[in-house]
Amino acid sequence: MARIVAGVATSHIPAVGAAWDNGKTAEPYWRPVFQGFERSKEWIAEMRPDVCIVAYNDHASAFSLEIIPTFAIGCAAEFPIADEGWGPRPVPPVKGHPELASHIVQSVVLDEFDLTIVNKMEVDHGLTVPLTLMFGKPREWPCPVIPLCVNVVVYPVPTGHRCYMLGKAIRKAVESFDKDLRVVIFGTGGMSHQLQGPRAGLINREFDTRFLDNLTRDPRALVKISHLEYLRETGSEGIEMVMWLIMRGALDDEVKEVHRFYHVPASNTALGHIILENSRR
Amino acid sequence: MALPKEYDDLPGTVVFDADRARQGYHLNMFCMSLMKPENRAAFKADERAYLDRWPMTEDQKQSVLRRDWNGMLQLGGNIYFTSKIAATDGLSFQQIAAMMSGSTQEQYAQMMLKGGRSPDGNRSKSEWKNRG
Repeated sequence: MARIVAGVATSHIPAVGAAWDNGKTAEPYWRPVFQGFERSKEWIAEMRPDVCIVAYNDHASAFSLEIIPTFAIGCAAEFPIADEGWGPRPVPPVKGHPELASHIVQSVVLDEFDLTIVNKMEVDHGLTVPLTLMFGKPREWPCPVIPLCVNVVVYPVPTGHRCYMLGKAIRKAVESFDKDLRVVIFGTGGMSHQLQGPRAGLINREFDTRFLDNLTRDPRALVKISHLEYLRETGSEGIEMVMWLIMRGALDDEVKEVHRFYHVPASNTALGHIILENSRR
Repeated sequence: MALPKEYDDLPGTVVFDADRARQGYHLNMFCMSLMKPENRAAFKADERAYLDRWPMTEDQKQSVLRRDWNGMLQLGGNIYFTSKIAATDGLSFQQIAAMMSGSTQEQYAQMMLKGGRSPDGNRSKSEWKNRG
């Protein structure tokens, strides 16, 4: 039987990927960011997941305005790296796990979460920056990755509660897969940031700290946060934190916090990161 | 009857919703086309001619030509799409964020280094009434 052993949340700031790709990790501005993930890289190397499920949002790369799925799961065997305007990131293509992905679709849709099936998709910084932060620069990513795209760009976006419940449905799906796989689930994006308009640059350390605290201790308090509260308190792009709740929903009620890192600024954004383990690894 | 959009109360922020996605459809699809190197080259070679391939409004085209980043958002642009114009121009997210917030790049970078813009005084349009 497959099982979810741990959850990872991290921001997916494109400038972090660019800093990595351009060899700037030792520069004074970026060094603290990458140092915050040293422990994480050791942890995941020890954890050796067989599969990672990564909840992220596409940034006008795979999905234009033609079709806007609320939740979409990548069922392909391979996902090429998108050219987001700067040229594709020089990272390996992402290998999928079509069997587990299709199994999740079957289970989760019957549980009344209508996932869109995607068999051809390029992946952007939302997915690849977290992989870089956790795995560094391997010739190939060390395990298959199932992309789970969440629309947090075009309102209305899904509520935090919906995301949390989707996490639970994904867990149930994973646990009914008959191969013995250890799965780590990622929630990405956030934390507080606003990229647009005269209010750009908004950061709310207090909100973010409380969010991290409750992610470990009291996620049910987080699922009640409204869209308006995210927008007011965490900037127009802070809503990405609902994707962290997919990860949290897939874990035990009681989890062990293994690592936490928070840093302002990374470009326009408060970078947040946490690793949570289920009791049964 | 339309549902209320409470988020219209946010100062200095355009919340991109289904209505705006329709308003800015062609503007954003033009931006998306800049993901291909050959299209970036064609746009750079003759911006106006490239824009004329898209059924955008004249206001939308002018906002692109002027690099009026806030204006693009007001006319239905979305930041993840308009940032592809920035990428084509060789600008970073932080550089256009500085422009949109009316700061120099240096001022904006300093604000971020000091912990960013506080939510205090920036939660509601009523708090921005007295801004010049």
